[in-house]
Amino acid sequence: MTAQFPPSYRALGSPSFADFLASIGGPTPVNTVGSVEAPHGTTIVALCFDGGVVMAGDRRATMGNVIAQRDVQKVFEADSHSVVGIAGTAGIAVELVRLFQVELEHYEKIEGTSLSLDGKANRLSTLLRGNLGMAMQGLAVVPLFAGYDDDADRGRIFSYDVTGGRYEEHDYYAVGSGSSFARGSLKKLFHFDATAEQSVRVALEALYDAADDDSATSGPDLTRRIFPVVAVVRPEGVQMIEEDALAQAAEDMLAERMRRPGGPWAQVGGDLA
Amino acid sequence: MSVPFYVSPEQIMKDKADFARKGIARGRSVVVAQYADGVVFVAENPSKALHKISEIYDRIGFAAVGKYNEFENLRVAGIRLADMRGYSYDRTDVTVRSLANAYAQTLGSIFTETAKPFEVEIVVAEVGADEAGDQLYRLTFDGSVADEHGFVAMGGSAEAIAGALSAAWAPGQDLATSLRQAVHALGEHGTEEARELPASDLEVAILDRTRPRRAFRRIEGAELEALLA
Repeated sequence: MTAQFPPSYRALGSPSFADFLASIGGPTPVNTVGSVEAPHGTTIVALCFDGGVVMAGDRRATMGNVIAQRDVQKVFEADSHSVVGIAGTAGIAVELVRLFQVELEHYEKIEGTSLSLDGKANRLSTLLRGNLGMAMQGLAVVPLFAGYDDDADRGRIFSYDVTGGRYEEHDYYAVGSGSSFARGSLKKLFHFDATAEQSVRVALEALYDAADDDSATSGPDLTRRIFPVVAVVRPEGVQMIEEDALAQAAEDMLAERMRRPGGPWAQVGGDLA
Repeated sequence: MSVPFYVSPEQIMKDKADFARKGIARGRSVVVAQYADGVVFVAENPSKALHKISEIYDRIGFAAVGKYNEFENLRVAGIRLADMRGYSYDRTDVTVRSLANAYAQTLGSIFTETAKPFEVEIVVAEVGADEAGDQLYRLTFDGSVADEHGFVAMGGSAEAIAGALSAAWAPGQDLATSLRQAVHALGEHGTEEARELPASDLEVAILDRTRPRRAFRRIEGAELEALLA
């Protein structure tokens, strides 16, 4: 089946897999006229804590007013020390993540060392810009990228616009249809000195608040045992939180929401009495 | 009018092979050996930047001896082939057999078609679910492929090192045992006089079948010292 390596495989080139793919005429985005309806992924949240960063995504994909999928995964391990979450057209977003994962691993293998966190964030920017034509036809992808930066010794979060613009966010951020509700929730609940476990809980609360007001975002589904996908990035690496721990955290949260549907009460000045 | 000097094809091939062998013999040797939970790669290589051992894909590793620029070129081509295939199809569709085939075809055509053959020798290995599922392929400068079992030695003193290993190596032994045998054989037979190789002169990596997905891991510093002690 395989003969010898084609000349391009042995040619000098950059350590970028995407550049290599383009050089050998790999799949490039097609620009067509008209529009299609495709499943759309919704809310992703991320927040820093002292010792890392947490990212969480709900599980819903929608197509217009229909729920296209209940258990779609929108938060992925990009490499050993970073994660990427995606909102927007699901098919294109998942493919973008796949390419991004290969891109990071390819660089690591060829160069013998990982890219810096800024380098990774910039690569995602470039890959995203390749999708601009599709974005203009309504098939946009909006990723959220987070990782542990060994040089800065802290977790960092990057957001993007559809043109590939890259913006570093401080403390917390959310993208997708329920993001404004999630950001409002994070604004009140975020605390840098929180533990990883508390930050996971804050992420779940923020997603719940998004689902509370945005029909395209799902809350925890206890009947089907479908919970948000949550990743914690620490200096040791990425940890995807296991379903049992998430189920417990979600049940604790729902038990408190039974008493206070609006969620935790933030302390403000003065006594209530 | 001058008559072109005739050289028989046999002589041309022999000269090229001798040239390649001499080039390979100048460098330090490399051993690749199986152990119960995977495959260990051991190279005598004081450089921390110019690697002789590399990860190719999830379950596939690479080791080489000879001219650095030549095997580096092949290493990068192998990573590109593996990543390309895994991206186009699926991660499980990347196999060491197709990689070994691509190396064999490439080395073979370089050997016959160009004036200067590559002065390299390569091993590509893949870990399977158990020791019997492991695959080791050795590729030489002329594109020959050998399917190896247990251990492989490459480089100038490959025969002497392989001889020492065949007396010591046994299936099912642990990492420390395979590693120590390889280091001992490299020290004993790698050069004219026997030496004790310090950890700082070694480049060591493993394909650990117990690891999920990416099996390749380098063993360095204190961990290497502890395994050798």
